[in-house]
Amino acid sequence: MVTPEGVIYKTENLNLFLEISFASTATGLHNWLANSIQSALLAQFIEMTIAGLALLVFLVPLCFFLGYMERKVAAFMQIRLGPNRVGPKGSMQIVADTVKLLFKEGLTPNASDKFLFNLAPIIVVVTSMLVMAPIAFARNFQVWDLSIGVLYVSSVSSIGVIGILMAGWSSYNKYSLLGAMRSGAQIVSYELSVGLSLISIVILTGSLRMSDIVMSQENGWWIFKGHIPVFISFVIFVIASTAEINRAPFDLAEAEQELTAGFHTEYSGMKFAMFLLAEYINLFIVSAIAATLFLGGWMPFHIGHWESFNHIMDFIPSSLWFLSKTFLIIFIIMQFRWTFPRLRVDQLLTLEWKYLLPISMVNVLLVTIMAIMGWHF
Amino acid sequence: MFLREYFGTIYRSVRSLLVGMRKTGYYFTHPKEIQTEEYPDNRATLKMFDRFKGEVVMPHDANNEHRCTGCQACEIACPNGTIKIITKQELQPDGKKKKAIDTFVYHLELCTMCNLCVVACPSDAIVMAQTFEHSVYDKKQLKKVLNKPGSKIMEGVE
Repeated sequence: MVTPEGVIYKTENLNLFLEISFASTATGLHNWLANSIQSALLAQFIEMTIAGLALLVFLVPLCFFLGYMERKVAAFMQIRLGPNRVGPKGSMQIVADTVKLLFKEGLTPNASDKFLFNLAPIIVVVTSMLVMAPIAFARNFQVWDLSIGVLYVSSVSSIGVIGILMAGWSSYNKYSLLGAMRSGAQIVSYELSVGLSLISIVILTGSLRMSDIVMSQENGWWIFKGHIPVFISFVIFVIASTAEINRAPFDLAEAEQELTAGFHTEYSGMKFAMFLLAEYINLFIVSAIAATLFLGGWMPFHIGHWESFNHIMDFIPSSLWFLSKTFLIIFIIMQFRWTFPRLRVDQLLTLEWKYLLPISMVNVLLVTIMAIMGWHF
Repeated sequence: MFLREYFGTIYRSVRSLLVGMRKTGYYFTHPKEIQTEEYPDNRATLKMFDRFKGEVVMPHDANNEHRCTGCQACEIACPNGTIKIITKQELQPDGKKKKAIDTFVYHLELCTMCNLCVVACPSDAIVMAQTFEHSVYDKKQLKKVLNKPGSKIMEGVE
């Protein structure tokens, strides 16, 4: 049983080529602030501000990278090249698009409900960023390790639906409203499957705390330890999360070819960029949660008792493990978009209520039996 | 029975999804298959496909002879009056007068590259070339005369 203090000790022994890690930087900053500033409240406030700024500085380049990755991955899967003129290999294309969006006029339709119209993108972006708090990026490196981490993630991401419905309603455009209603129905239905998949891991771990879930995977990732039921859970989680974030093949709400742009038709300029930002942040979050719960978070890949292999795996920094697992799932979700045709809204809801939900419920039963009888590794 | 159908549906759909993912995964990992022509960087080696419709040209052989009889079938077939044929009456060796082509005026700025003139020609006098870089600064350069000066019709063509 590894105590938190024991883990910190292990960190500084592991990173031999760099005597620093994310965790030691964070503790170092905390200690420096506590020593140099008299008021404890001010020190904590400054530390929180720095953490928030660091998160923002991480998120915006992340979205640029995800946008670039999406376009390049899409292109290669469609036997073409993608952006390759602006910047080396087209890397500055997204920057150019963002600057273009910045220069555009942020139009508010005259008959729209102006307060809601301007509030909707803010709600969508803020809820996406809030969910970044409990995610563990590296060993001992979380913004907020709260005791109900998984429940927090699930519930705060549900608040995003309100932003979408607000956007659709306040646009004063019947097609936007249709798109928003479809999106609302879709997100609310698929949350059930997502929740049941998350519960299967919570049952096996016995805790909602993110750090507990990651520590419980020290002797192996849950996708290997809990064999078939957890694998089914993982597949259902990835499918349902793709539907949660309104991504193809479940993107009828914002399908460019169908409803002009669905709930964000009337948005232009920076407000539209907010919706795009929120979509990419949601994509990252959903992949991060899948990586944390099913693939072991920042835990390296250990095989049983192969000591030397495990020791080599330990040399790779934990943040690199976390990011590669997350980007693997992001790649799979992107492959979904460019492989499968779009689902019609009735097919979408049929998939959830007739197939995913019953299978999830039976799966939770199986996982419970497995956990009680100890039939997992 | 219902259960068999239910699980059968799930199995078949998962299998078809995986087939699709294998295809896109194959395309992702094989960049040799990329079809994009990186124009204008590849102008030196660029070759268009055989059926490409560039502009209308009248091929002339080594003796500066063409196959156009001046029948004006292409002018009639053209949907928007791109081709204007000016004919003349030529004195044949056996004394009779016969219609021959004087000038084949071709307005490249009007041409829609629809290929109807090539299809209509009874003596295969005109073909579609493979050039596509037609932009010029002066519109007068786009009014072309297709039959070269001093050329006459080949022997044996009707």
